[in-house]
Amino acid sequence: MTDALLAGELPLPQRPDYLRHGSTIRSWLATTDHKRIAILYAVTITIFFFMGGAAITAVRLELFQPNGWLLTSDTYNKLFSFHGIIMVWFFLVPSIPNTFGNFLLPLMIGAPDVAFPRLNLFSWYLTIAAGAFTVYALVAGGVDTGWTFYTPYSSMFSNTHVFAAAAGVFVVGFASIATGVNFIATTHMLRAPGMTWFRLPLFVWAIYATSLIMVLATPVLAISLLLVIAERVFGLPIFDPARGGDPILFQHLFWFYSHPAVYIMVLPAMGVVSEIIPCFARRRIFGYDFMVYAMLAIAGIGFFVWGHHMFVSGQSPLASLVFSFLSFIIAVPSAIKVFNWTASLYRGQISFDSPMLYALGFVGLFTTGGLSGLFLASIPVDIHVTDTYFVVAHFHYIMVGGSVSAFFAGLHFWWPKVTGRLYPESWAKFAAILMYAGFNMTFLPQFFAGYLGMPRRYHTYPAEFQIYNVMSSAGAAVLALAYLLPLGYLTWSLFYGGKAARNPWGATGLEWTTSSPPPPKNFDRQPRVDRAPYDYHAEGMSAGTDPPEMQNARETR
Amino acid sequence: MNSLFRLPEASTHAVTVDHIFYLLLALSGATVVLVFGLILLFAVRYRRGSKAKRGLMPEILSREFEIGWTLATLLTFIFLFWWASSADLSSLDAPPHALEIHVVAKQWMWKTQHTNGAREINALHVPLNRPVHLLMSSQDVIHSFFVPAFRVKQDVVPGRDTDIWFQASKSGTFPLLCAEYCGTNHSMMRGKIVVMRQDDYARWLTQQPEGDDLAHEGAKLFVSQGCAGCHAASSNVHAPRLAGLYGRTVQLADGRTVSADDAYIRDSILQPKRDVVAGFEPIMPSFKGLLDDGEIQSLTAYIRSLREEQQND
Repeated sequence: MTDALLAGELPLPQRPDYLRHGSTIRSWLATTDHKRIAILYAVTITIFFFMGGAAITAVRLELFQPNGWLLTSDTYNKLFSFHGIIMVWFFLVPSIPNTFGNFLLPLMIGAPDVAFPRLNLFSWYLTIAAGAFTVYALVAGGVDTGWTFYTPYSSMFSNTHVFAAAAGVFVVGFASIATGVNFIATTHMLRAPGMTWFRLPLFVWAIYATSLIMVLATPVLAISLLLVIAERVFGLPIFDPARGGDPILFQHLFWFYSHPAVYIMVLPAMGVVSEIIPCFARRRIFGYDFMVYAMLAIAGIGFFVWGHHMFVSGQSPLASLVFSFLSFIIAVPSAIKVFNWTASLYRGQISFDSPMLYALGFVGLFTTGGLSGLFLASIPVDIHVTDTYFVVAHFHYIMVGGSVSAFFAGLHFWWPKVTGRLYPESWAKFAAILMYAGFNMTFLPQFFAGYLGMPRRYHTYPAEFQIYNVMSSAGAAVLALAYLLPLGYLTWSLFYGGKAARNPWGATGLEWTTSSPPPPKNFDRQPRVDRAPYDYHAEGMSAGTDPPEMQNARETR
Repeated sequence: MNSLFRLPEASTHAVTVDHIFYLLLALSGATVVLVFGLILLFAVRYRRGSKAKRGLMPEILSREFEIGWTLATLLTFIFLFWWASSADLSSLDAPPHALEIHVVAKQWMWKTQHTNGAREINALHVPLNRPVHLLMSSQDVIHSFFVPAFRVKQDVVPGRDTDIWFQASKSGTFPLLCAEYCGTNHSMMRGKIVVMRQDDYARWLTQQPEGDDLAHEGAKLFVSQGCAGCHAASSNVHAPRLAGLYGRTVQLADGRTVSADDAYIRDSILQPKRDVVAGFEPIMPSFKGLLDDGEIQSLTAYIRSLREEQQND
């Protein structure tokens, strides 16, 4: 308490940082410090990530052979369902917002914490409870509906643990809503003096836009899953056509959430990359305000494109036309972002540290994924490739190639700030390149398999698709290695890594003005902002060298 | 033909879809070359410490670039939408002279039935160069009828009739797949489409085991299920006559009008209280649970055949 009182007047270099500020289990599990909660989330989603990864490893092994040599079809269905449910709701949706968003949002706007610290902790407990439901569904025998829970299969025909799995997703939805409300309030209320809306870092804008989607769309998911549960448990005739229900209704409700959810996964990734590229190119981001409007446009239009998942469902052709048109329109702001990241490199002083490699990897994979999205917006082509591996490849390019690459970019960029430690840079560069190669090896063949007509969710498949599946499985092995490497060297760096300076990258942004790791209340004195973000032009541009601060940081590495 | 990278184009529709596909591929390829090329170019030219000229770009110039490429992408996308959609619209409705074949999907098989009553399981023989119109329904969950070589796919939804049409342009045998996940043996729900020359098809059809045609089967059901008791011409119960009904506009008791199509007939059998015909009491019981989808298709075919008799008279 005295620390906090004195913080305004005296620099206190000896104060414990947030990691050393209490080391009991209780000090972690009852913490309201947004940075510690971010760490709790990071540990949690890492566990989920490797659970989902283990499930898909078995699936990819199975697909080595066309005729089902390893798993029964039942087990296979349960494994891909578990993979989808875990990866979407327990890894991708919370990944960047709940870890980096939690850690950085207050730091970036110069606030001591989020607006509702206890709600923040509560939403982590909700995530844990939800994860317990879902893992229970797995150990009790699994669920075989796929992550989409399509009715009437999920509501009437599946004999698996749909209730537990749906309950898990239902509860994690509340965690999502709570986090979204918290971030919106934080961004509105707690900005430091001088931090106007158009001085916000793009990462903050990204988290803000994401939070809007979370708050507005997630309740619809909750309702649709409640309806599935109501039909299964109480026998209400909601989706059963024999009793006047409508199985397609579920698809409308589901995709009304789940299409915007794709942007929940990718907008934060865009935010991360928008921080990293200017820093390593030593350039102001190209077209800051266009970048902001593009993100808000994506968040807004994202609500009106869900019907492109249903071109073959028998919906009215007019509806399909409208959804096709809007799906093309939403690609415009995404294209703007790709052009602007590229243009931000022009006339820069580009260095290729590992965060930059991951970020450039993101731009490449997101571009490929986004372009394949145009095929899915075109009705006749979509009809041919929907429910095939083409779609699997497309959304993995966006959600895994995009979001996960950006997650690793952010992890390496902010690791020194979060942990106060440096990691072995050459290992990190190697992992970044390996991840890019492994990813393309895994998912590029799936575009071909899909166009040639290999449906998704196939346990056995016609033999002519084997070559693509073998290529894909081999790529997945490389990708798995690329994901395990950072686990190794980052863990190593926690114990043996060199001490990180306050600002090892010479980055702008308030989070770099406080110590690494930051003190419990983030700043020793209230920060004031008098500059536009990404003001890299002020430093070292004309000389063609690093600013002095940056050179020092590099020497310590 | 069936090489590693090319799928046979075995229907007229496949050619259209592939045209759009290749245009998208070319545009995407150009964009990838542009974006990756620029990133590589900048990465090399403006790497830290290189001698390339730096300095700020004039603000006005960047604004023009932004507006320029935003408009360019927007116009490209609108063009793509227009092109892809017009191709789709032109192929919406099956031609009136198309051959009608009925498909019932269930976990985990495709049951098909030809107009003369011949049935097949996980197979469908169709004639070359003749439009084929599939009328489909599902007995349990959602399935999806997918023939990659024809570039056609349509969900088969329980409780609704969906349809799809194609005109095969190459003879041969092509895979038929279920594309919508439908449970344990989803990946085993596969069959084949056999495209035969028209005379071969006609010969094949006559060689199939004698099966009553759909309308005949429907006529039998019409009696055995008791429909005839009220709806037959000789009945003295006050029920709507069905001859000439199919395709007509029906005036309902609540003032609405509906068109008597497959879906209306299905609804009238399963939910008779929903669309009561003007001038009649809602006394018909529901046949929900008493008739399966195949039987409803037969009854519908029978009612449709009553229209034809009417016209012949």
